Amino acid sequence: MLPDPIQNLILALERLPGVGPKTASRLAFFLLRAPLELSSALADALTELKSKTGLCQECFNITLAGSERCNVCESPQRDGSVLCVVEEPLDMLALERIGAYRGKYHVLHGVLSPIEGIGPDDLKIKPLLERVRRGEVKEVILATNPSMEGDATALYLRQQLQPLNVHLTRLARGLPVGGDLEYADQNTLLRALTGRQEMS
Amino acid sequence: MRPERSFRLEAVVLHHSDWGEADRLLTLYTREKGKVRAIAKGARKVRSRKAGHLEPFTRVTLQLARGRDLLIVTQAETLDAYQPLREDLLRIGYAAYVAELLDRFTYEDESENRNIFRLLTETLSRISAEPDPWLSLRYYEVHLLDHLGFRPQLFSCANCKTEIQPVDQYFSASQGGVLCPKCGVGLPGVWEVSLDALKYLRHFQRSTYREAKRARPLAAIQNEVESLMQRNFTYLLERELNTPGFIKQIKK
Repeated sequence: MLPDPIQNLILALERLPGVGPKTASRLAFFLLRAPLELSSALADALTELKSKTGLCQECFNITLAGSERCNVCESPQRDGSVLCVVEEPLDMLALERIGAYRGKYHVLHGVLSPIEGIGPDDLKIKPLLERVRRGEVKEVILATNPSMEGDATALYLRQQLQPLNVHLTRLARGLPVGGDLEYADQNTLLRALTGRQEMS
Repeated sequence: MRPERSFRLEAVVLHHSDWGEADRLLTLYTREKGKVRAIAKGARKVRSRKAGHLEPFTRVTLQLARGRDLLIVTQAETLDAYQPLREDLLRIGYAAYVAELLDRFTYEDESENRNIFRLLTETLSRISAEPDPWLSLRYYEVHLLDHLGFRPQLFSCANCKTEIQPVDQYFSASQGGVLCPKCGVGLPGVWEVSLDALKYLRHFQRSTYREAKRARPLAAIQNEVESLMQRNFTYLLERELNTPGFIKQIKK
């Protein structure tokens, strides 16, 4: 019904998460009517997305293509003796936003999931072990999500990292800011209680 | 009569996956309606009231509402989190195996099967409590097949119906049970089963858990029973399960 160029764009947009056929057609027609600059800027951004990015060879964060290490790994201000292990680059971004962490990172690019069949070999775990073996790292902070999969990953990393004689920590869990005790699940409440802090 | 808009169920969370911006799609096995899928809105937000109650392998009581095409979780409260299971990687793997097996074998047809629900919750308790859950898992496999209508024939030859004699036999997944040496020899797609392995399988099939628990098979027999069931499942499900490979990887 529609000319091919529009139909192709709609089909391409539909493949994005959270975009259905209606949203896809609305976006396509918006772009059709919008000034040329908008669509060409979008097109350029899309092609550069893949061609101009790569993974940091140290921590596997997303970085500019051609540079071997990312900004955090390159920075002389960052403390290389502390390593924070996260599931995804976006988790690293969330931690960076608080501005209080001065160590470096390691991005796993996923999480162990027995039912999906995602095992240790599917994640960037081997490079992490190699990094720790080199001896510079004194503390590894396990910052995987507080979910079954995140916990499974943390347990596996503990099993692998313990023999390497490194200080292992896991992000604290407990009550969220603005939360309500009444609605907390037993697991969270128990951990909040056992991990309670001195008020001085 | 129109189906109720909102209702209460007791369920075990088998599996969850991300859905939309901050929601989760849950696969549940319920006591009242068998396997059911439901959306937990906002469950990935840090301040979600439901998220902590909806982790995989949790037994919960749920309030569900019928949405346009999917069920929506409106309230959730933990009945049993099987906490010891969560602190051991291998036991997490075993629980995932139990969940995957049930998920693969069942459909969302809202049909009640309390026997399966009881077997599931008992097995999760056993995985979190037993020093070695090997037996709990094999007992689960045999009895799950039973409740699903796939009970393997272990007492007479699945082909000629003669009673099984005390010698090594063959097993045929396609014929659903043991074949006597006369019927089984040289047939494609059948595999050998030792008399000892067969004895344990029969024992698990007709015993209560307390009786079955006393069995102490040798390591070689344990492996044989385990791989026999694995091959049987691969045949019945027409594809391999994910969790056995995962368990093997983390055992390395």
